[in-house]
Amino acid sequence: MLYREAGDFSTTYPQDSQTFPIRFDRYRYYAVLLIAAIIMPFVMTDYLVNSIFLPFLIYAIAAIGLNILTGYCGQVSLGTGGFMAVGAYACYKLMTAFPDVSIFFHVILAGGITALVGTAFGLPSLRIKGFYLAVATLAAQFFLVWLFNKVSWFYNYSASGQINAPERTVFGIEVTGPNTEAWATYLFCLVFTVGAAILARNLTRGSVGRQWMAIRDMDIAAEIIGVNPLRAKLTAFAVSSFFVGVSGALFFAVYLGAVEVGEVFGINKSFLVLFMIIIGGLGSIFGAFAGSAFLVVLPVVLKIVGVDLMGWPTDIVAHFQLVIVGGLIIMFLILEPHGLAQLWRVAKEKLRLWPFPH
Amino acid sequence: MKMKLGTMAVAGLMAASPVMADLVFPSLSYRTGPYAAGGIPFADGYADYFTLLNERDGGIGGVAARVLECETGYNTEKGVECYESTKGEGSLVYQPLSTGITYQLIPKTTADNIPMHTMGYGRTSAANGEVFSHTFNYPANYWNGASGAINYLMSQGDISGKKIALVYHNSAYGKEPIRTLEELSEKHGFELMLVAVDHPGQEQKSQWLQIRRERPDNVIMYGWGVMNQVAIQEAANIRYPMENFIGIWWSGSENDVLPAGDAANGYKALTFHGVGSDFPVFDDIQKYVVDAGKAAGAGDQVGTVLYNRGLYAAMLAAEAAKTAQVIHGVAEITPAMMRDGMEALEITEAKMTDLGLPGFGPSFKVSCGNHGGPGLIGMTQWDASAGTWSLISEFAATDMDVIQPLIDADSGSYASENGIEASCN
Repeated sequence: MLYREAGDFSTTYPQDSQTFPIRFDRYRYYAVLLIAAIIMPFVMTDYLVNSIFLPFLIYAIAAIGLNILTGYCGQVSLGTGGFMAVGAYACYKLMTAFPDVSIFFHVILAGGITALVGTAFGLPSLRIKGFYLAVATLAAQFFLVWLFNKVSWFYNYSASGQINAPERTVFGIEVTGPNTEAWATYLFCLVFTVGAAILARNLTRGSVGRQWMAIRDMDIAAEIIGVNPLRAKLTAFAVSSFFVGVSGALFFAVYLGAVEVGEVFGINKSFLVLFMIIIGGLGSIFGAFAGSAFLVVLPVVLKIVGVDLMGWPTDIVAHFQLVIVGGLIIMFLILEPHGLAQLWRVAKEKLRLWPFPH
Repeated sequence: MKMKLGTMAVAGLMAASPVMADLVFPSLSYRTGPYAAGGIPFADGYADYFTLLNERDGGIGGVAARVLECETGYNTEKGVECYESTKGEGSLVYQPLSTGITYQLIPKTTADNIPMHTMGYGRTSAANGEVFSHTFNYPANYWNGASGAINYLMSQGDISGKKIALVYHNSAYGKEPIRTLEELSEKHGFELMLVAVDHPGQEQKSQWLQIRRERPDNVIMYGWGVMNQVAIQEAANIRYPMENFIGIWWSGSENDVLPAGDAANGYKALTFHGVGSDFPVFDDIQKYVVDAGKAAGAGDQVGTVLYNRGLYAAMLAAEAAKTAQVIHGVAEITPAMMRDGMEALEITEAKMTDLGLPGFGPSFKVSCGNHGGPGLIGMTQWDASAGTWSLISEFAATDMDVIQPLIDADSGSYASENGIEASCN
């Protein structure tokens, strides 16, 4: 009954090729956007924004970025943490060097700088594939973290090697620093997340995205039909790193406020984002959101249920959390390798026929 | 399902809404992860002391204390989550036991008007209370530790021309003493050699090979968690003389020396409080907490170095709460009152004897200008056959001529970065 095409007539090509061709789906999307942009800011509290919404939105950008590289272009990357660190440190250097420029542009520029770095580390992908590329990006991860720890120019020679986000504003409203309002940081990140999703969606269904997918499906065949592998792979690395860099900049400036590179942008971060796109669904923008929501919200829910409701000791709950998240990842890999996005697709099919499946 | 969700939400709200009439002391602990060996005893000591106060004295000034534990796993993101989820419950003072989380919370606690106590860790320049109004790090900080180690070495003989290595955790924490040691090396003419160990420090072969090759006369270590045990084991492997090896107070617990067995005999560590369970308060803890089955965790940590430190932190927090109750004349204090109490805290020998902790720590008085306390440092040594730490020196003053300018410079740069006017209200 829901998600039916019946009665939906496309009279122009743009109408036919829009992201949500089914009217019901489209209105649902508008409703989500409307709630997220207009209603949610009024119910935001410090706790909600800092424990759930900021990490969710920021990880979603990182997951979209990695999904472009891994899900759409088929290049496995374990360097996400390192590239997020590039975004964070670039943002920090820009924030402190040009305090009068709006933080909005710093975040975009930080993404641009990360895109350059990502492209440089993407060059080996022309020669090496699969596991070997994963190892090469792993090297990028360790190299970048080492670099930001070693060279004190990156952290403005502070004694501790920490970077701290100073107060910066957008239209006179603080979005970084300690005195921010919950709704301001939420909206600031929401703008970037929605922007990233729309951009990614339109890139992946255009000619660039088709080239990426051709490379992913079979690179030799793609080359034969005229896809330039150099261009396709490097654009994938650049676009992916751009998103990852933006998320790293937001992660540092808006969410955490103070960062120590080895602890925050270590290899664990790379794996976390990789798990997000695996659980969410490779090659799907919705999957990036679903995976990020799943891995951000699940620990919080487990903690609330275990510690606050059941009153179990905190260490038991923390251990359970590892077991449950690990178990779920294995379960997903076995039962639904295409992730939450596939579950959603199946659900939509079911809803279409519901309540008369025959 | 909807019904269930509704009830769950209501139950969650009820659990989250503040329960009046108690003093909340959040404990951002870590009982999991690579630093759990250090996090568990500290958290146990912190919780047990408040349990003791509740059981024996009926709370602090007649109001029960409640310890709100939240697991951080030494992870900054979880630390933020813990902070946000506990601050609404009227949390009086935060003690994150992590330098990384401390850096995160310094601006946040200041904005939320909640004090934070980082005892012997965190940002050293927070000792300048004119800039860091809500952060306290009495009674001693990292730079006192560095100077204390050098002072101890000087008391053992001339150190000019000698080579001293610093083995440090390559993080904000480990990098803290470098500047102080560089100043001190200039002043006293010793050669400083820096050896970084990356998180978590399981693998230190190359670092100790370097030490073996360059043969420093002394090694100072700023380590935490698994890094300590590995370092002591590696030092034993290259037969580095243990009596020349000095750890900061975070590298001087039973967990760190026991794995190396007899080879760790003679290892030294700095401290700013007493060791062992030879204090009257431990009889009370045995009677009211352990025997009553109310001990935190497994209850097997009583009297260990880090347990004592947690106990000491809890004691200082409780005393500050009492001070705040006196200043403001109310029993149920707010975080803002707690801050005033911490800033007016005075610990005297008589007070400590009353509490059953004679000679456990230094006498000191906190003031607005000095949130760092006196910085008196003692030295302990490990006796592997007896399995005990023993204090081998007096609590001695450190070189504030070197440290104070560094504190002023670092807090000054923080103030200018963040547009803070240095003032005493």
